Amino acid sequence: MEIKIFKNFFKRIFSNLFKNKREVKLGFYGPPNAGKTSLANRICKDFTGQEIGTVSKIPHETRKVQFKEKVEISYKGKKMVFKMIDTPGIATKIDYENFMKYKLSKKEAKERAKEATQGVIESIKWLDDMDLVVVVLDATENPYNQVNITIIGNLVARKIPVLIVANKIDLKKSDIKKIEAAFPEYDVVGISAKFGDNLEEFYESIFRLSKKIS
Amino acid sequence: MANKKRGLGKNLGRIKGFSIQFLPFSEIKALNSDQRIKKILGIILDNNILILQGRLTASEEARLIGDTMAMIGHIQSFKGIELAVISGNGKEGFFSKMGKGIANVLAGGDFSAITIIGPASIVKEMKRNPKKIELLLNK
Repeated sequence: MEIKIFKNFFKRIFSNLFKNKREVKLGFYGPPNAGKTSLANRICKDFTGQEIGTVSKIPHETRKVQFKEKVEISYKGKKMVFKMIDTPGIATKIDYENFMKYKLSKKEAKERAKEATQGVIESIKWLDDMDLVVVVLDATENPYNQVNITIIGNLVARKIPVLIVANKIDLKKSDIKKIEAAFPEYDVVGISAKFGDNLEEFYESIFRLSKKIS
Repeated sequence: MANKKRGLGKNLGRIKGFSIQFLPFSEIKALNSDQRIKKILGIILDNNILILQGRLTASEEARLIGDTMAMIGHIQSFKGIELAVISGNGKEGFFSKMGKGIANVLAGGDFSAITIIGPASIVKEMKRNPKKIELLLNK
């Protein structure tokens, strides 16, 4: 009996130690061009000095899942280690002709479209592997896009904690209240990944949400 | 007045090459997820705008998007879909009543909801807010 109590005691201590030290898989999800990579870059650069991927005005710049491992984020004396997972934007349609508006050749546009469709499939597959997800939305766009609802619905079904980020608050057209009204059950943090505005509140929310990881 | 009427008719006459199909949920209720998605995509690939009573589960919606992506580039002139769900309670049905919302989403159904799916080659955009969906069609 006493041996069993001791065993349980040590097991609890070690599992808690392990839980605090392990890498939290932090995913960045959202529609194309919302600023997922810009935000992931901002965080990675602040804490590792390196970026995770390239950004572009052309949609679907990120067409493969990108990682940055062992990113230690320190905030107000607290530290956590994250595996940052930047995913391709999820869309319901991809038309190569849209890429040609950005002066890509037909061949380049077709190739980009092909890779982008694969990217969407990859993003969806990765939903199962996340511990915590940041859904990045463009605060200048209508939040009632079915893609946003589908992503969040899938995270809820998987019991994965979600933080909604309203990006691009530096732009006049941005409307964070519209996003808050669309997703009243969630924490919504308005930021500008481009200028690094309001990242303190973002880190605060990430640390708070990480306690909900099952 | 007569001119106005003639003008209206003229514009309507230009919309060709698709139809709108209504599908009661009972038609897909007994199907598994694979069969549901196959049935829905079959309707869309026939150039129909589908109005489905109820809604798919969250994972089925994700699979529908994934399967749609897998078809782009393999089926001629298929560019994907436009998709929107509106809840009968007039709010953002999925999130406003969380407990009920999750139960419905996990089980599928939610008969108060309406799901609209159309091929992107026909439906340019679905403008959506909690109370209505507007379909903008391609010319």
